[in-house]
Amino acid sequence: MAAPETVEKHTMAVLVDNEPGVLARVIGLFSGRGYNIESLTVAETDPKNKLSRITIVTSGTPMIIEQIKAQLNRIVPVHGVHDLTEEGPFVERELALIKVTGGAESRAETLRLADIFHARVVDTTPESYVFEMTGSTEKLDAFINLMEPLGVVDISRTGVAAISRGADKF
Amino acid sequence: MAVQPATHELSGAEMVIRALVDQGVDVVFGYPGGAVLPIYDALFKQNRLRHILVRHEQGAVHAAEGYARSSGKVGVVLVTSGPGATNAVTGLTDALMDSVPIVCLTGQVPTHLIGNDAFQEADTTGITRPCTKHNYLVKDVNDLARVIHEAFMIARTGRPGPVVVDLPKDMLFATGLYLPPETAPTRKSYRPQIKPPATRITGAAQLIMAAKKPLFYGGGGLINSGPRACALFSELVRLTGFPVTLTLMGLGAYPASDKQYLGLVGMHGTFESNNAMHDCDLMINIGARFDDRVTGKVAAFAPHSRKIHVDIDPSSINKNVGVDLAIVGDCAEVLAALIAELKAQVYKADPARIAPWWRQIETWRKRDCLRYVKSDTIIKPQYAIERLYALTRDRDVFITTEVGQHQMWAAQLFKFDKPFHWMTSGGLGTMGYGLPAAMGVQLAHPDALVVDIAGEASILMNIQEMSTVCQYRLPVKVFILNNQYMGMVRQWQELLHGGRYSESYTAALPDFVKLAEAFGAVGLRAEKPGEVDRIINEMIAVDRPVIVDVQVDPKENCFPMIPSGAAHNEMLLGPEDKQTSGPVSEEGMVLV
Ligand SMILES: Cc1cc2nc3c(=O)[nH]c(=O)nc-3n(C[C@H](O)[C@H](O)[C@H](O)COP(=O)(O)OP(=O)(O)OC[C@H]3O[C@@H](n4cnc5c(N)ncnc54)[C@H](O)[C@@H]3O)c2cc1C
Ligand SMILES: Cc1ncc(C[n+]2csc(CCOP(=O)(O)OP(=O)(O)O)c2C)c(N)n1
Ligand SMILES: [Mg+2]
Repeated sequence: MAAPETVEKHTMAVLVDNEPGVLARVIGLFSGRGYNIESLTVAETDPKNKLSRITIVTSGTPMIIEQIKAQLNRIVPVHGVHDLTEEGPFVERELALIKVTGGAESRAETLRLADIFHARVVDTTPESYVFEMTGSTEKLDAFINLMEPLGVVDISRTGVAAISRGADKF
Repeated sequence: MAVQPATHELSGAEMVIRALVDQGVDVVFGYPGGAVLPIYDALFKQNRLRHILVRHEQGAVHAAEGYARSSGKVGVVLVTSGPGATNAVTGLTDALMDSVPIVCLTGQVPTHLIGNDAFQEADTTGITRPCTKHNYLVKDVNDLARVIHEAFMIARTGRPGPVVVDLPKDMLFATGLYLPPETAPTRKSYRPQIKPPATRITGAAQLIMAAKKPLFYGGGGLINSGPRACALFSELVRLTGFPVTLTLMGLGAYPASDKQYLGLVGMHGTFESNNAMHDCDLMINIGARFDDRVTGKVAAFAPHSRKIHVDIDPSSINKNVGVDLAIVGDCAEVLAALIAELKAQVYKADPARIAPWWRQIETWRKRDCLRYVKSDTIIKPQYAIERLYALTRDRDVFITTEVGQHQMWAAQLFKFDKPFHWMTSGGLGTMGYGLPAAMGVQLAHPDALVVDIAGEASILMNIQEMSTVCQYRLPVKVFILNNQYMGMVRQWQELLHGGRYSESYTAALPDFVKLAEAFGAVGLRAEKPGEVDRIINEMIAVDRPVIVDVQVDPKENCFPMIPSGAAHNEMLLGPEDKQTSGPVSEEGMVLV
């Protein structure tokens, strides 16, 4: 098997027991073995069975991606690893809160751009806005880039949450 | 301790003992301290478990490794919090790298003090997370028994490895309900794949039937899997008539004195093994992990071969070397299925098809790559090992080693015809492994001859365990090939760093004979080749611990050697080879 050297981006859903140390195991695996984490989110999604879902966006050659999945599966509290990128179409969403403090002259332009991107105003003062925006990582990046010259002072992003399209679980 | 009904409330410390007994443990290697005093108190009150008091916690883990690897059981370690736990880390890492089943119980400060930088507090689960297969911090006494049972299950199943259970001191005093192993719930998320998929077996059988230049490459997974896997492996090798090579961790999985065996593979492997690896058209890897010490330069590794890889751990597959047919499963299950499939296909070995391949292999074998220049005046290290083998071969002999040239000579020259008789630190390469490991082996096999083939530098790393060996009257033999150098380091400095022997000479070695005597053991010394046999026979005859100081040629190097970054067919066969093959590549220089 000749592994092409092309680096691919993959989004994975990892179902884990919600117990102390589980996130450290996952993160330690990535840092210890030198894998990339572009984004990581975690929250309990199945309280009845005490299961959390970790969504990881990572990148690597096909051989590395295969290794990452195998290594994740080796962690004892990991129930399953789903490579959403490989398993079929999926939706990916990220939420960002963006604080913009432009001068009076740019406030109208700020609001106009936010409107185009369907960003919601969640806080306003005479000097500032906080926008909430949900979308793909790329869409968020595009919005933030456009807003930058208008005085972005702070950004908070959740990282990616993802789920497969259709009726299948994951 | 009287066996109490399961419904009775026990203290955490009593539960620990009870759980170990229920897991079939007979020996615990440990060292006390404040955080584990309640367990030591419970130990005092019972007689089912034997506690071996080591002299350093690293020694406890290596002893448990030797015990485990020679017996197929889980090795058990008990240490205190803080320094007790951190001292165990090297041993745990060693066990992880070599897939040795260990359960290590560590004391911890009481739960309400965790995080306060309390006396002898260390973040043990944090520190050991990357060097264990799994670890636990027990925060509820009613979880304690389940956790210990689960720890044993995880340590011994799938790809074996070390598991740490961190026990805060208040958990040991608290009382709760004890759960016996059979009632403890199992872990849903943990499901090692034991049975191989049938389609892969048919595929493998087809490749085997078509091969013209095949080679079996057996590894430590065969040892991990157990006696059945080793027996089935030998059966398959004989059924096919194919040549077989073994890794350092696999030695003994196939009888070394059999003519289908080509010897060790890899950096210090034989000329015939490495050339066969390079030229084969089908490589059948059973339980080996394509370690860099075996593959050399990956880009030039067995370039014309199709590869079958059998491993219980999916992460071993396609990690270093891409393979054509991966079979995830337990070696024994895969081998049984493969033999059954070949028989169902009415497969008969076809010696004519592989005859040219064997002829080629015989020409490589004729190079007699392990030969060395014999001497009447100075003891060659290879000679000492050959004599040790010759004079002990009729006995049940277990060999452990330290790390260095002596380890490689032992691997090359001592012929293991049975599995579980060879204990060495392969993956981590831990100097100081051999003596405590020998101690563990001797406890598992009280009547056997157990010899640690050592280097004079390595042995000093855990020499304190001589005190343990003497306390328990374990007749362990330490056979030091004393070349006064960290020989393996000296060899690399000679080959890679222009002979600048920076810090690889030990200028003030102890007198090992007197050192043995100081511990209460017997000390012997051989200085001339003519004394070697007598000293070995004397060592065997004494029913006490012995240190033998064999003063060997300080300048001898270990060959064959594949220099770092080189391919299998670029092997150095001896000192005369050095000049012709040119310097090590820049790429090779940075490799370990
Ligand atoms: C100084 C020095 C020099 C060395 N030189 C060499 C050398 O020349 N040649 C050499 O071979 N090594 C050498 N080594 C050792 C080397 O570093 C590795 O430890 C060794 O090659 C690994 O052996 P292995 O591939 O058999 O794998 P192991 O480390 O034994 O791993 C076993 C594999 O089998 C799998 N497995 C476990 N249980 C099962 C099961 N039940 N069923 C199926 N699969 C299972 C595991 O998942 C793993 O992939 C040297 C070490 C030192 C310290
Ligand atoms: C704990 C540890 N430290 C350092 C090393 C690096 N190392 C590998 S072999 C070796 C020298 C071993 O010398 P000795 O025990 O005398 O064995 P020899 O090679 O001379 O047979 C050293 C320092 C190691 N493997 N382990
Ligand atoms: Mg030495």
